[in-house]
Amino acid sequence: MGEDTIAAVATPLGEGGIGIVRLSGPDAISIAAQMFRGKGGRSLAAQPTYTVRYGRVVDPRTGRQLDEALALVMHAPHSYTAEDVVEIQCHGGVVVVREILNLALALGARLAEPGEFTKRAFLNGRLDLSQAEAVIDLIQSQTRLGMEVAVDQLEGSLSRRIKELRESLYDLAVRVEATLDFPEDDLPEVELTAVEQGLRSCQSQIEALLATADEGKILREGLKTVITGKPNVGKSSLLNALLDENRALVTDIPGTTRDTIEEVVNLRGVALRLVDTAGIRESSDLVERLGVERSLQLLREADLVLHVLDRSASLTPEDFQIMDMTKDSRRIILINKTDLPPAWDLKDLGAVAAPVLEISLVKDPGQVVAALSEAILRLLGAGAVPSSSGTRAFVTRARHKQALHEAQKALEESLRTLLSGLPLDLVAVDLYNALEALGEITGETARENVLDRIFAEFCIGK
Amino acid sequence: MPETYDAIVVGAGHAGSEAALALARLGHRTLLLTLNLDNVALLPCNPSIGGSGKATLVREVDALGGEMGRNCDETLMQMRLLNTRRGPAVQSLRCQLDRKLYQRRMKYVLETTPGLFLKEGLVTDLIIENGAVQGMVLRGGLKVYAPAVVLATGTYLRSVVHIGELHFPSGPQGQHTAVELAEALKKWLPLVRFKTGTPPRINLRSVDSSRLEKLPGDPNLPGFSFETEGLTVEQVPCWVTYTTPETHRIIRENLHRTALYSGAIVGRGPRYCPSIETKIVEFPDRESHQIFIEPEGWQTNEGYLSGCSTSLPREVQEEMLRTIPGLENVEIMRPAYAIEYDCLDPLCLRPSLETMEIRGLFCAGQINGTSGYEEAAAQGIMAGINAARFLQGKKPVVIPRSQAYIGVLIDDLVTKGVTEPYRMMTARAEYRLSLRMDNADVRLTPLGYSLGLIKPERYAAFRAKQEMVAEEVERLNSTLVRGTAEVNEKLVELGTAPLKQGATLAELLRRPEITYEDLAHFNILPDLPRAVREQVEIQVKYQGYLNRQEAAIERFERMENKLIPDNLDYSRVKGLSKEAVDRLSAVRPISVGQASRVSGVTPADISVLLIFLEQERRRADV
Ligand SMILES: Nc1nc2c(ncn2[C@@H]2O[C@H](COP(=O)(O)OP(=O)(O)O)[C@@H](O)[C@H]2O)c(=O)[nH]1
Repeated sequence: MGEDTIAAVATPLGEGGIGIVRLSGPDAISIAAQMFRGKGGRSLAAQPTYTVRYGRVVDPRTGRQLDEALALVMHAPHSYTAEDVVEIQCHGGVVVVREILNLALALGARLAEPGEFTKRAFLNGRLDLSQAEAVIDLIQSQTRLGMEVAVDQLEGSLSRRIKELRESLYDLAVRVEATLDFPEDDLPEVELTAVEQGLRSCQSQIEALLATADEGKILREGLKTVITGKPNVGKSSLLNALLDENRALVTDIPGTTRDTIEEVVNLRGVALRLVDTAGIRESSDLVERLGVERSLQLLREADLVLHVLDRSASLTPEDFQIMDMTKDSRRIILINKTDLPPAWDLKDLGAVAAPVLEISLVKDPGQVVAALSEAILRLLGAGAVPSSSGTRAFVTRARHKQALHEAQKALEESLRTLLSGLPLDLVAVDLYNALEALGEITGETARENVLDRIFAEFCIGK
Repeated sequence: MPETYDAIVVGAGHAGSEAALALARLGHRTLLLTLNLDNVALLPCNPSIGGSGKATLVREVDALGGEMGRNCDETLMQMRLLNTRRGPAVQSLRCQLDRKLYQRRMKYVLETTPGLFLKEGLVTDLIIENGAVQGMVLRGGLKVYAPAVVLATGTYLRSVVHIGELHFPSGPQGQHTAVELAEALKKWLPLVRFKTGTPPRINLRSVDSSRLEKLPGDPNLPGFSFETEGLTVEQVPCWVTYTTPETHRIIRENLHRTALYSGAIVGRGPRYCPSIETKIVEFPDRESHQIFIEPEGWQTNEGYLSGCSTSLPREVQEEMLRTIPGLENVEIMRPAYAIEYDCLDPLCLRPSLETMEIRGLFCAGQINGTSGYEEAAAQGIMAGINAARFLQGKKPVVIPRSQAYIGVLIDDLVTKGVTEPYRMMTARAEYRLSLRMDNADVRLTPLGYSLGLIKPERYAAFRAKQEMVAEEVERLNSTLVRGTAEVNEKLVELGTAPLKQGATLAELLRRPEITYEDLAHFNILPDLPRAVREQVEIQVKYQGYLNRQEAAIERFERMENKLIPDNLDYSRVKGLSKEAVDRLSAVRPISVGQASRVSGVTPADISVLLIFLEQERRRADV
């Protein structure tokens, strides 16, 4: 068939708890066999078609076990795509599913494009003609979804950051290329040490971006968030403000389990999974309702705690109790009702190691949401990479992560070529590969840009 | 009895000559028309062929059985190898030519090729019936007929020459301009206006070369043609000098008198070949620019000032040149000029170089918006081949980007169009490492042979060379060298690490410090021709990189091989964006691969197109 092998997370919508990574293509079975240890040590390679095996997913490079899992093998042409297909099902949450996907990509699979499994199914004759339009719809809707998300705040700053990185790479490629393509033009010849430095600097930029991938993933997939505070401070109002802002599509958050998460909101790219919303609506006290132990557990499991205080009513021991219970959590303190005369002073709170926002939910809920999402980004942004504009960038998508990994690999290759004393045209090969990998994110073609820049920067021509 | 041919080629420049030769050599009676028989294969710009990217084009034309390479080798005055230290993919030959000899030899080849009729004649109109070309009308009303026509009219269409405040209709070097033909073409095809320029020609006796840097040729180089055994000519040098702040001052003070900055020129010029005034305006920080002084021939004292094209008035040209070291007393023989001309928007062409609008009408060379002799010759031979295929009722030959610079060139033209005269550069090729000057024969000679442009003897020699290469590569891979004290001493002497255990000769050769010739220290090397040793060295040394590129090419070609029917109505493709429908309908790509390179077409559009094509295929099955 001559196609490559693709992989993606294929968890059906609304089916919480189980994660599925699907591979399809000529190497699907061999890639899966490398990462799946069947019970009794039997390899997937020998497994008959349409059978399921129980075992463990293990990273063959480190020996680390990722999860227990089931593997379903379907041989070509009797599968959905008419290619060899393996589905790996695991119980672990989103994080584990992503790790399994990343492992498949590292072992040689390519991340599937929007709708690509279905496209292959059609092109390989598994779907009949009447389904063609549905396939086209699927491709388009998934592409659109990807694009909509791409303009949000989070990716806005990522793409700015990647553009900066690409600028550095272009700068390097342009100097290399000008030297290669215009030998007679009296141009400053690029120094090999400068190329080496440039390559290393781009590498460390990519490294810094990749280091944000984990935090970025949490941001994208949803911070488990608890809103707390004593009765009547404005918790429901906050919840409503958040829900009004943007109720996230459930499809954005794979592996969502229904029992603990009740509402998901998406604040310009920062997804919050709001826990215990029923409790908030009842406006009863968390501790009163759940008891200290369960409350503490809930708070401990949370990625983010929003503690609401009422500026217009005196502080009570209850406020301080909550303050104490949340002191180890990643938290933001929201001082509400600033539109009313204040009943206490900020310093009455004592020293608080947390961002404090003064807000009014009746006056301007929209502004509260904006301030909050910024505070969250800042709070998580300790490891994020600042761009020149000062905003912080996170790598949030598997596709971006893969592109950055590829660019990183290409730069390593290019550096190796350079250091082993091989000529510049070979160094250029992987420099272009790196640029093209980044182009997957930004959608530009490297070659024409390089030429344009050569003409802009150098005086070429006899 | 009307005059009738199989094919007519209009213009006997570098594109037209190759096109006519290909047609005649493939057995078609071909009329080659030129405005002036004394100007066949004119080199109106540099008396030089080759250089980065372009040298590879010449080699490719030669590998297909074209004439340019041989013509260079027979008439050159100097040969250099550029970029020797920067790797095999970017090495390029560049020669200085005796302009008149070059023309005379090419003319003779054309005159003596059976089935080729070289004649003078100015074309004033095309005869087109039912969307197909039938022939043409010459000045005076004579009609000549042929079912296939190649237009290779260079920069002559409605051309205007500018020298300072002087503007007059003319072809390059005082030639006729083709106004009527331009008007006739405009009725059928979209035209754009480009400009280019040339520097002054000077009398070399007025140059004080004693103070200038001399650029001699390189000894012992191969020729452009794979058939050339070795160059024997006594080479002549070029010289290099530099403009001074005084030069720049004079240019700046007279900017308003240049045709370029006074607004007289509307055509787009190439960025890679700027006039001296453009260089000074756009790079104000540069204190000097390099000027090459190149001889124009053995029996002339005319010299060419490469790097100094300008549209300044004649008297300012002289004043300006006299501020340049070595040119203090320079005598200008012909002033520099800029020339504006009409050319086609090449988006109206198919990858076969046939126009979409008019059946049987092919176009090649500068008329397609390119610049350069080499680019012209490359298109010329392809237009000739495809006009012949058209006459034979066979499918056109389209060379993919992954196989040759010729493929890159034509694909860029017909897929992306042009915004300035197009010049080949190695950076345009995705698979540069595989598209080298040295292996053009491997890439294209089998094709040339199967088409009938490469003679059996030459093909046999090519096969023999390939076998020698394969045998020697195999031998290097299988011959072990042991790390004896003697061997290690030699290795250290060569600047590379000693061996702990054994290594094959190939492994040693992969070390950057070791050349093929160095292997003679460790092994008795067979006596192989230079071209064979070169191939062996490159194949072994860069094996890893070449294999990787090979894999990338395979992936690339998958989409190139998914063909799109010629008559596809894109508005029927449900789900395609409006922009994609418009762009694809205009470009009419022949493959999904080509479609993906059309600007404005997204990956989602390509998926949708693939699904549509599969639907069509299945509907056709039932
Ligand atoms: N003046 C003022 N009233 C507020 C503000 N936020 C909430 N309230 C009011 O305070 C009361 C309690 O709010 P609620 O959200 O139900 O508190 P919860 O018990 O913490 O959920 C309601 O009457 C709200 O309208 C605020 O910013 N300013």
